[in-house]
Amino acid sequence: VDFGDSPEEAAFRARLRDWLRDNDPGLPASSTSDDYWAGQAAWHRALYDAGFFGLSWPTDIGGRALPSVYDVIVDEELAAAGAPPRPSLGYLVQGILEHGNEDVRRRFLPGIVNGRDRWCQGFSEPDAGSDLASLRTRAERDGDEYVITGHKVWTSYSDVADWCLVLARTDHDVPVATDSAPASSSGPTGRNLQRRHEGISAFRVSMRQPGVEQRPLKMINGITSEFGEVLFDGARVPASDMIGAPGEGWKLAMTVVSHEREPGELGYVARYKKVVKELAGLVRAEPDRYGPEQVRDLGWALVEAEMLRLHVCRRLSDRLDGITHGPEGSIDKLLMTQVEQAVGHAALSVGGTAHGDADDTWLRVYLYSRAQSVMGGTSQIQRNLVATRILGLPTS
Amino acid sequence: MDVRLSPEQRALRDSAAQVVDRLGPRAVGELDDGERAAKLDAAVSASGWRELRTGTEDGTPWASGVEVAIVAEELARGLADAPFLGPTLAAELRRMAGAPAAAAPETVALAPDLSALACRPEGTSAGGCVAVDTHGAASALLLAPAQGGHTLGQVDLGDPEGGPDLTRPTVVLGDAAAVAPVAGQTRVLHDEAETRITAFGLALTSADLVGAMRGAIDLAAGYARERRQYGTPIGSFQAVQHLLADAAVAVEGSRSATLHAAWGADALPPGEALAAGAVAKAYAARAARTVCETAIQVHGGIGNTWECLAHVYLRRALLATDVLGGTGANLARVLDHELVSRQTPQPSPGETQGGRRGLR
Repeated sequence: VDFGDSPEEAAFRARLRDWLRDNDPGLPASSTSDDYWAGQAAWHRALYDAGFFGLSWPTDIGGRALPSVYDVIVDEELAAAGAPPRPSLGYLVQGILEHGNEDVRRRFLPGIVNGRDRWCQGFSEPDAGSDLASLRTRAERDGDEYVITGHKVWTSYSDVADWCLVLARTDHDVPVATDSAPASSSGPTGRNLQRRHEGISAFRVSMRQPGVEQRPLKMINGITSEFGEVLFDGARVPASDMIGAPGEGWKLAMTVVSHEREPGELGYVARYKKVVKELAGLVRAEPDRYGPEQVRDLGWALVEAEMLRLHVCRRLSDRLDGITHGPEGSIDKLLMTQVEQAVGHAALSVGGTAHGDADDTWLRVYLYSRAQSVMGGTSQIQRNLVATRILGLPTS
Repeated sequence: MDVRLSPEQRALRDSAAQVVDRLGPRAVGELDDGERAAKLDAAVSASGWRELRTGTEDGTPWASGVEVAIVAEELARGLADAPFLGPTLAAELRRMAGAPAAAAPETVALAPDLSALACRPEGTSAGGCVAVDTHGAASALLLAPAQGGHTLGQVDLGDPEGGPDLTRPTVVLGDAAAVAPVAGQTRVLHDEAETRITAFGLALTSADLVGAMRGAIDLAAGYARERRQYGTPIGSFQAVQHLLADAAVAVEGSRSATLHAAWGADALPPGEALAAGAVAKAYAARAARTVCETAIQVHGGIGNTWECLAHVYLRRALLATDVLGGTGANLARVLDHELVSRQTPQPSPGETQGGRRGLR
């Protein structure tokens, strides 16, 4: 057990710290304003070009083949410098790495890693949320192409994306869920429900074509450029842009969502640490302004954010034995949610709500934190998974 | 950075698990089985685990905080009613004071609220202070004010045992408990040394809490798989599943923070080590109470009877929480570190940061 830096890690940390001194883009605390999302692409490319992004991925897709623990160093230094977190793309990369063939990996991944290609993820639909396998978007074969028709929602970065990772049904003989089917992902509840996972394929669909309409969603903290919905009406995709074999899309989706639950993959530690550090700065500057309850909320946010940093150290160290995506991701997602929402409560408590035309950044941070127990799989679904797959409790 | 356990550490964990699974109490009634308890005590004794923090020639401990945490966690998981917490803290005190190893079994005495080591002048009474984990111990170490810091003192234990934890008795020292000197000390304990001792103790008690939580969850999940109502195991109901899932999540967070605290007790400068211990203890103490309460709730009426082991886990967690402070004291340490210590100029990495008296 060694939480300290090896000589190589220390040298890397020093290089990053130097670079950050001159290259912090000065974006606002993430997720609180549209300015953040507008500047995110340039930040991604700057980080990548300087050699601080995509560290653990293979060199042939533009990564640096370093151990995953280097990402912890990046998160720590970004937070210490007050810089924005690294882009949250690891789950897409892991999914395509594992399920795409050589051709797909070579064509798709370098652009994602280096930030030149912007991707979004078309999984959820208005009638397929927690019960993702009930999705209805169709892909019809037409010569060398597929034609996509359907409605996707909660599509992060859809407004700026060049490409969308779309899950669609290619085998129309497989029965789709009926309204009477119980919505539970805690385990198969019948043969038909189990079969729904078949006949789903994954595609890379261009967002820049006729037949694709993107609509922004305005979230409760007022931002409009993170989430959107996407309507596909006859959008076309070459058959060679399918990721994985026909009918294998569900497996890719499960790989993607399991990594989407991992704070180490998402880089959120830096985001939480940055917020907590700023809140601590407020209290340090004017200690008499804050009462014991506010200071206590800050204390728990400090404890929670630090716990998550250490938990990520543990999980990314475990990757030295090889990458797995088991049900532990659900534990990590629940921990991350607890942290985000404790930090949100501290932001509300210490930062306060803003009146009149005052800056309402802290209110926005708080409001944004409510989404964490929904996106990437609700906390209720995660608890089902922990109970059945980790604790071995029987499915209902 | 590589925070995986080494092969030796995994072997240590396995052997501690084997001992406690074989000889620990598996039912409340077995707590009264003196023969079993004596066998467990002999096995722990023979393993040398109580000497992990005794000093080598140059004063460094035989084993790091990580090894101690590994053993503490497994012993707590199995509700070991053999001393470990007390003798380990006593060994750490002796090592830091440059005193020879104890000749007879001993433990430590804490302040009346258990949030710090007891501190009384030599020759005065330690009445009101609390010795913990006293089973088989003849005396308890405490601090005595001295020029520039503290020296070790000791009191004889004769008062009746009791307390919340059915696996580790406590003794409230009477007025007759006089503080006597400890022979052979070569160092006065300064702030920095005391900060280190506290940091180590927080890691140790956090590991104890992690073990108690694991044991409580195993017990409750096992019951939820077997106990049937409405014709089906109660563990199939989401209301029950979600309680236990939250408990499992709380353990993993506590584990990650505790591992860091256990490593940091030796590897970080004192101030940072204390902050690491305080983060782990605040998190684990809050988690442990909820997790053990969950274990009682999942057992229903049975969980509220003396015969169910769930309350033994809760009681063990209550003691581990109080030793060197629970959520409140440690939240204060975390805040102090962030808001006060960080205001002073930061030493360069590797340089020792002076411990602050207020932090204890």
